[in-house]
Amino acid sequence: MSLKFEPRREIPAWLVYGTPLLAVALTILSGYFLFMILGLNPGATLYIFLVSPLETQFGLAELAVKAGPLILIATGLAIGFRANVWNIGAEGQLTMGAIFGAGIALAFWGEEGFWILPLMFVAGALGGMMWAAIPAFLKTRFEVSEILTSLMLTYVATLVLSILVHGPWRDPEGFNFPQSRLFTEAAILPVILEGTRLHAGAFVSLFAAVAAWVLLTHTVTGFQVKVVGQAPMAARFAGFSQKGTVWFSLLLAGALAGLAGMIEVAGPIGQLTPQLTPGYGFTAIIVAFLGRLNPLGIILAGLVMAISYIGGENAQVYAQLPQAATGVFQGMLLFYLLASDFLVRYRVRFQSTKARDAKPRPEVAAA
Amino acid sequence: MMDFLVLITVSVVIAATPMLFAAVGELVVERSGVLNLGVEGMMLIGAVVGFGVTMTTGSAVLGIASAALAGAALALIFAVLVLTLMANQVATGLALTIFGIGLSALIGAGFVGMPIAALPKLFIPGVSDLPVIGPLLFQYDAMVYLSIALTVAVGWFLKSTHAGMVLRAVGESAESAHSIGHPVIRVRYLATLFGGALAGLGGAFLSLSVTPMWAENMTSGRGWIALALVVFGSWRPGRVLLGAYIFGGVTILQLHAQGSGGLGMGLPSQVFTMLPYLATIAVLTIISAGPWRGRFQAPACLGQPFRPSV
Repeated sequence: MSLKFEPRREIPAWLVYGTPLLAVALTILSGYFLFMILGLNPGATLYIFLVSPLETQFGLAELAVKAGPLILIATGLAIGFRANVWNIGAEGQLTMGAIFGAGIALAFWGEEGFWILPLMFVAGALGGMMWAAIPAFLKTRFEVSEILTSLMLTYVATLVLSILVHGPWRDPEGFNFPQSRLFTEAAILPVILEGTRLHAGAFVSLFAAVAAWVLLTHTVTGFQVKVVGQAPMAARFAGFSQKGTVWFSLLLAGALAGLAGMIEVAGPIGQLTPQLTPGYGFTAIIVAFLGRLNPLGIILAGLVMAISYIGGENAQVYAQLPQAATGVFQGMLLFYLLASDFLVRYRVRFQSTKARDAKPRPEVAAA
Repeated sequence: MMDFLVLITVSVVIAATPMLFAAVGELVVERSGVLNLGVEGMMLIGAVVGFGVTMTTGSAVLGIASAALAGAALALIFAVLVLTLMANQVATGLALTIFGIGLSALIGAGFVGMPIAALPKLFIPGVSDLPVIGPLLFQYDAMVYLSIALTVAVGWFLKSTHAGMVLRAVGESAESAHSIGHPVIRVRYLATLFGGALAGLGGAFLSLSVTPMWAENMTSGRGWIALALVVFGSWRPGRVLLGAYIFGGVTILQLHAQGSGGLGMGLPSQVFTMLPYLATIAVLTIISAGPWRGRFQAPACLGQPFRPSV
């Protein structure tokens, strides 16, 4: 008897969508042991982490507030990942979007006008696009890896933000704190659930995810993205432009990340601060994979990852765990997710040596 | 003036050493055909474990060894995922970085703000007290010499040993290497673990020597710059060493420019902090753009999964 891994000819759908659940379960189990090693009460800590965010209306609203940017960014990233474009600088594109959006809000500070918010949306998307255009240009013109350039630009964007809030855009009446003035009403997204921070930006995320789903499943562009990623040779024969796909996926991801940044400053934050996000741009990478690079799956995945953020905050308050514990959970989740993909692609079989000899198949010996 | 130049050179070498460790390690990994983007995470784990063990046991040697082990342990997770389970290397590397940042912060929560004695500088009587030459070459701590020795050793290993040749063959064409009987997966496992250990050493040098302390996320992108250095050095140890010292120079330039009030240009300090990141982008572009691009080839199998077919 020996253990065999056979490539599957057809991949059952239940497995594709079931493995994320398995990954979540394994992450929780590992978290249990991790907390035990750290000398905490594992049951109680897990409860704080995973259940307490769901107990109150405020918690549920916060969940949507945090899932919003994750879904928006992950949707853009997923399209790029499908085309093998590895934009890992969404955090920087988000920051640029926030800066551009805030620029409009501060330029028209104190003014009325229904057009201010739409203008901020446009500016935010443009800011993110502009930042993503740099790696796109370097990739298509000089074949520079977009992985490293997009990441380096994240550090640059954070420093640009820091210059602005410490210098020209600092609130003149802010006691020297490095932050901008609070935006006035015309530049603030309306709250849609009284008594919480849930704002209209949540609709933008939902809309973007559904639109991206339509794009991927019902349009030629979506098909092109998938072909370029899965079969570059076939794409070339079909006349699909590799460069065009790089530009398209980076600009789209940049625009959505920029929007997410603008929505953060016009929504829950209401001003420009030096620390805009708890790493949404990076977590969105995990969200994209957890959602199986499918925009509808990403909506669910975004909500799951939002729990880890709120759980992390609660654990900080009630269990004195550092906020970073969230990262441990997120990293583990992605590990399990990537590992469980193996089960999707390969069938595990127990087989006697005799049977193998009798029935030759394209199979692979266990390493 | 001479003293000042010596001082600058010494600080450049020290700033470069964490990146040199990590980049030389990653070079070996990439020459075997594996792309591990988790360098930042492995460095952080090395930094926190090196600091923690040194502080609690009082032995820097033990701390440094543990840092290397911790880096290798993290690399093992990566290796199992991408080599045995054939997961996507880019995504797994990112997961490793996210995990490493989180885990190091969790482990290090109790170490924040704790003081520790920096690694002792070596002192060789008769040589270290020579003027200029002494402080320039013979007054570093042992890890600086270790980083250079490892760079030389890796260069020799890749170029002149049979095992090194096998490793390169595995990176250039896994199929061919496999067909003449080389254990592709085992070679890649070993290379990945070695890369993790060196990233761990780089992190430990940061928390034990450059700034003897622990702070969350204290690598601040050095792991990513190390990845860029491998490209910059076109997968050759000597050029990676040169690149690391150039980047060390940029780091020091940046610190001095901030200290001297922006070189008298009145620029905000953040402009100078951007320098290493902008330099990375510029250097990558120059490497990829010029007429010399053909000479800077990545290993042919870099990032591609391999599964032996029987």
